[in-house]
Amino acid sequence: MSAATPALDALAPGQVVAQAEFAIGRDSLVRYAGASGDFNPIHYRDDIAEGVGLPGVLAHGMLTMGIAVQPVVDWLGDPGRVIDYGVRFTRPVVVGPVDGATITVVARVGMLDSEAGEARIDLTVTAAAGTVLGKAQVRVSLG
Amino acid sequence: MNPELQGRIFAPTAPYLVGREKVREFARAVFATSPLNFDPAAARAAGYGDLVAPPTFPVVVQESTLAQLLAEPDAGIDFSRVVHGEQKFTYTRPIVAGDELTATLSITSIKTLGGNAMVTAESSIADAAGDHVVTAVSTLVVRGDA
Repeated sequence: MSAATPALDALAPGQVVAQAEFAIGRDSLVRYAGASGDFNPIHYRDDIAEGVGLPGVLAHGMLTMGIAVQPVVDWLGDPGRVIDYGVRFTRPVVVGPVDGATITVVARVGMLDSEAGEARIDLTVTAAAGTVLGKAQVRVSLG
Repeated sequence: MNPELQGRIFAPTAPYLVGREKVREFARAVFATSPLNFDPAAARAAGYGDLVAPPTFPVVVQESTLAQLLAEPDAGIDFSRVVHGEQKFTYTRPIVAGDELTATLSITSIKTLGGNAMVTAESSIADAAGDHVVTAVSTLVVRGDA
């Protein structure tokens, strides 16, 4: 069934524990709008996005945040081991009508707390324009 | 943007019942593949009562608290000027299908910088027994008149 929980004492700061690439399209934005209840039209209408001065239709920040933690969840084998997750939205992800966008996630060990049985995993999340999430940190329980 | 909003605590939202299909729908939307999000037998084998929601699922419950804030007559927030600056979730335990969740919003900080305002909105989410499940903190930037 699910993979074994990673052992804390086998980890070292800086170590890459997971990485993945996600191709998203306009359909992904429509799906996320429905699932989350966020129907802001800047996430599906080019004219409205451009009308408020944006470079195009944007992915929901919360979609990017939701996707970015998934490689860590897969590494943990259990979404319930995420005990704290925070990000800064530093740059929007523009999703083209035809080509969509690609979000790349690299997850590294930031800090280890063997007493608490916890690790801080730092995410580097990029799209075409560069880094899209700042200070993206996931605290996980490995106990 | 009304600075007197700082410290205001809103009425708890109506209970939100976490449905199994909603967990699956949300999980698919964030590209989740964990069996614990989709298969109740896998979730039970891992020690949970039912499907486990993805880490950012509380946003679904938090949504109604942000609606409370925007609807507050004296808040003076124009939604079209709101940009999501930061987001954080701090868990006591994971959300599982079957949970009945209530969110209580408090405005913990309002800072003005230039013409913009930075609002920190904290939604404390508890289960039917009143026990804390997760706190969702959003920092919203409200752009002033250009």
